[in-house]
Amino acid sequence: MTDGIELLAGFLAAAVRVATPLLLAATGETLAERSGVINLGIEGSMLAGALAAAIGSSAGGPWSGLAAALIAGAALAAVFALVSVHARADQIIAGTAITLGAVGLTGAVYRSYYGTAGAGLSIPTLAPVEVPLLAEIPLLGAALFAQPVTTYFAVALVPVTWWFLFRTRAGLALRAVGESAEGARAAGVRVRAARTLAVVAGGALAGLAGATLVLAQVGTFSERMTAGRGFIAIAIVVLGRWHPGGVLAAALIFGAATALQFVFQASGTAVPYQLFLMLPYVLALLGLAGAVGRVRAPRDLGRPEGTS
Amino acid sequence: MIPPALQLRNIHKRYGSTTALSGAALAAGWGEMHALLGENGAGKSTLLRIAGGLERADQGTIEVGGERAVIRSPRDARRLGIGMVHQHPTSIPSLTVAENIALTAGWHVRPRELQERVLQLSASLGLPIDPDSYAGRLPIALKQRLEILKALAARARILLLDEPTAVLAPLEAEELLRVLADFARAGNAVVIITHKLREALGSAARVTVLRHGAVTLDGLTDSESPDSVSRAMLGGAVPSATPAIRGTVRSSEPPAIRLQALDVARDGRYGIALRGAALTVMPGEIVGIAAVEGAGQRELMRAVAGLIEPLRGVLEVRGPVAFVPEDRTTEGLILPLSLAENIVLGMGEEAPGVTGALVSWKAASAATADLIARFGMTAAGPEAQAGTLSGGNQQKLVLARALARDPKVIVAENPTRGLDVSAAAEVHRRLRKAAAGGAAILFHSSDLDELLAISDRLVVASGGTLREPDRRDRELVGRMMIGA
Amino acid sequence: MNGRTGRTSRVAGPLLIVAASLAGLAAALVIAGYDPALALEALWRGSLGSFDAFASGTLVRATPLILLALGFALALRGGMLNIGAEGQFLAGAIVAAWLGVHLAGWPSLLAIPAMWAVAFAAGLIWVVVPVVLRVRYGVLEVISTLLLNFVAEALVSFMVQGPLQERSGIYPQSDPIAEAARLPLLPGTRLHLGIVLAVLLAAALWFYFSRTLGGFRLLAVGTGPRAAAITGRIDVTRTAALALLVSGGIAGLAGAAEVGGVAYALYPNLSPGYGFTAIAVALLARLHPGAIIVTGVLFGALETGAGAMQRDAGIPAVIVYVVEAVIILALLLADARGRTARSLAGAGAV
Repeated sequence: MTDGIELLAGFLAAAVRVATPLLLAATGETLAERSGVINLGIEGSMLAGALAAAIGSSAGGPWSGLAAALIAGAALAAVFALVSVHARADQIIAGTAITLGAVGLTGAVYRSYYGTAGAGLSIPTLAPVEVPLLAEIPLLGAALFAQPVTTYFAVALVPVTWWFLFRTRAGLALRAVGESAEGARAAGVRVRAARTLAVVAGGALAGLAGATLVLAQVGTFSERMTAGRGFIAIAIVVLGRWHPGGVLAAALIFGAATALQFVFQASGTAVPYQLFLMLPYVLALLGLAGAVGRVRAPRDLGRPEGTS
Repeated sequence: MIPPALQLRNIHKRYGSTTALSGAALAAGWGEMHALLGENGAGKSTLLRIAGGLERADQGTIEVGGERAVIRSPRDARRLGIGMVHQHPTSIPSLTVAENIALTAGWHVRPRELQERVLQLSASLGLPIDPDSYAGRLPIALKQRLEILKALAARARILLLDEPTAVLAPLEAEELLRVLADFARAGNAVVIITHKLREALGSAARVTVLRHGAVTLDGLTDSESPDSVSRAMLGGAVPSATPAIRGTVRSSEPPAIRLQALDVARDGRYGIALRGAALTVMPGEIVGIAAVEGAGQRELMRAVAGLIEPLRGVLEVRGPVAFVPEDRTTEGLILPLSLAENIVLGMGEEAPGVTGALVSWKAASAATADLIARFGMTAAGPEAQAGTLSGGNQQKLVLARALARDPKVIVAENPTRGLDVSAAAEVHRRLRKAAAGGAAILFHSSDLDELLAISDRLVVASGGTLREPDRRDRELVGRMMIGA
Repeated sequence: MNGRTGRTSRVAGPLLIVAASLAGLAAALVIAGYDPALALEALWRGSLGSFDAFASGTLVRATPLILLALGFALALRGGMLNIGAEGQFLAGAIVAAWLGVHLAGWPSLLAIPAMWAVAFAAGLIWVVVPVVLRVRYGVLEVISTLLLNFVAEALVSFMVQGPLQERSGIYPQSDPIAEAARLPLLPGTRLHLGIVLAVLLAAALWFYFSRTLGGFRLLAVGTGPRAAAITGRIDVTRTAALALLVSGGIAGLAGAAEVGGVAYALYPNLSPGYGFTAIAVALLARLHPGAIIVTGVLFGALETGAGAMQRDAGIPAVIVYVVEAVIILALLLADARGRTARSLAGAGAV
């Protein structure tokens, strides 16, 4: 009996842990997409953030790593914003190029910094922080209240983002830009500034997501370690209907789906692990297809200013 | 002397090689309504857009309430108390009325408070509206009401309106002008652009006329007559009404278009646009559809053109249809492509240079050059990008393409939209010529006078039904358009 | 995005961008403490410096790039962004490898076209799901094709450790494909028949784009879907979907060519990101099939040379992706400015 409960507790904790980077990146992308920009470069931002966190942490501890990750993620997103928002070029191609470049850049920097030995397990990481009292709750306590700070931050960000989008003037302006850039401009909103801010914020959060991977999950860096999590985050935004609450739910579902892998491995079934590797992506596809009702994106999503 | 509310002096504006405004001026006073008149292309919109902060003049000064002002953006204009209501609503369709107003006016986003505030504002002005409805779903008259509310919520004291009555039925237009007059009388300033003489002289205290970017008349409406204003607008003798060429209708032949009990669904949205419509158009006949936006004429014309499948009923069209869409820049032409490519696009298998599945671009180019000459288009050549043509020439291209193969049926949505008098007259000429050649023409124009002048017969689309007035009376048709 | 450019020379612009990118690479190398001269020399020697490097290195590397870029260009001409070429490539490779292993007794004349046919079908099938998602549910084909890339990678991994694993069961790879299924080589080099396929396909697409009504209509659908639909003669959805499907098939073909001409088996990491590099190849060539051959060779040279650069100068080869990314971004910036200029030209008065 206790074995089963332990397994379940472990599963829940893993689900939340795995969901954290997805949630962070997806929340950031929600802001960007609400302003009308689809940023495929967040995969690159995440990867850059992961490497920056590894290097930063090796140099000055986990908090330096987090800071470095924020900057790295934001920097890449800034380049993306320059091309897609200011030069009004195609967002998809620009985002893909950013990610491609990030793979090359992180790979090159990684090899020249760590050499052939690799990063190893010597990076200072973030230990889980137990919330007093709440962590004692059986089952849920370990899962929800004994996570690293980044998880608490990610969850706290959800209501904050909601309040920003739906209860502030700035949030209304942002949403207006995403629904109709022209209409927003006529109403006096600085469209480019809004989009740039949203995109850079999204990039910073994606960078933080990458840092979470390194500092709160795996404990080291390896090339291409993000393995498409940034793209899954984009799918999560769609599944969450561009709403912070929905995004939280979708991210948790994905975390659970991936965590299933550990459960099966632990219980020793002979199911090939690749099937679990595929699961998140297939789940995303099924979710996108089966999303109840016609999913309504911000009207001007993906359209550069001045086109129709 | 109290300085005028808004004064524009010596405004010059060029777009590349085209001069939009040369030394234009306007002085709008407090407590009065000022009409800005002119033909399409005269510069009226540009002048107002400069005052509204959407464009910047190359030269000239702006004074608000007697003080020099620099207006670089709509925000600047708003700060000075200038509110602009555009011809096409700039509200965001997927946001609610309340959200749109909050956005423009900078109000806080607390749902219940916001709703209260909007209701209060609309009640005080006698412009009732539902704060929670989506701006995109409003009928056109209410969309415009929203535009005005937005401007007033942002504390505008100087209201600029660009052709506000263009999309309204006559009675709705009258009501709007009444509200605006009240607003002006309360100590504010109103400037309205219109190309409708009657309106201007009837409701405004002062009138300014622009022609080719310069002021040709500026004075009190009391001292002007329709003739003097007309002359200032058109620069010369007032053209007599073009006589309708009767006698082209071929009643002995079978009808070219026939509908019976036709139901058509809304284009791109839910609901039925047209119900139980019945109409017959004979070869050689020009039938004009009078309607306000969204009354079902779009669906009617597109069903006849074969672009929308009717839900039920009878629809018979004899022969291929040449369709001239309303929006020439997104539906008629592909602007980045060349003229020759646009010709091939619209004419498909019957296009010049096309044999079966293959295209000879040399032949298509040569044929396009021929069309350019025949239709008198000003263009660099068949390889020029469609986007480099002026509005009038683009419309000529769309028409040339439609008429090139002597079609038996022509369906045209607002074919003279945005064209100046001479270009519009030429469109009329071509349509008449086609009718004389036996083509049946079904067309819609938002200009009731144009419809009355050109059509052999008139039908009115209103709220999804099609009715024919018993007499060609402007008042009657106007009432039918809003379902009265 | 369409295949048109402004009045500025179509060749000078891209050349300038490539030159600038290489200069940027040299600068970055200096900053990172490497010897740029040594690096660039290795880059040259490994790609274009000798006939062997050219034929056995550059052109072999260029083959999948050209094929994938042609597919990308076809889809983009119709307004569809196919970012899933990686996955379609792998789908084709899986099927080609599977068939190739079983074709021992066949004549080459039958075996090779058979492999290509099934690979084309596999690539096409791999893009069917995104097409359906787009047509029926409005899901952006970008996201669905992207996600399927990862599914394909996982599928390859599964295949080579499971159903397709070599008989000895030691390494995660398939058995080598039959002799008959291997593409003939240019004697003395490793250049395989795939390059011929690439050139022929380029010629076919060139003819399709510039001399047929269908090819023109595809352009109309990609640049002005509303206007194309209004003509009443073009089914926009069908045209765009077909272009996307064929583009997937071509990507599958590329996978078969790689298996039949280079790898002779299936194993993980068969594609070092060909699908993404192909985007740069296609854009640099402004989607023109003839130019794609040239840009394909250029990028083949870049990536082959990068390998030599890593061996001889110790510079991580992966840095070539940064060069590619910079090229794409520079192209986007150049194009976008062109677009703004065009829209200004079309603005009327009033």
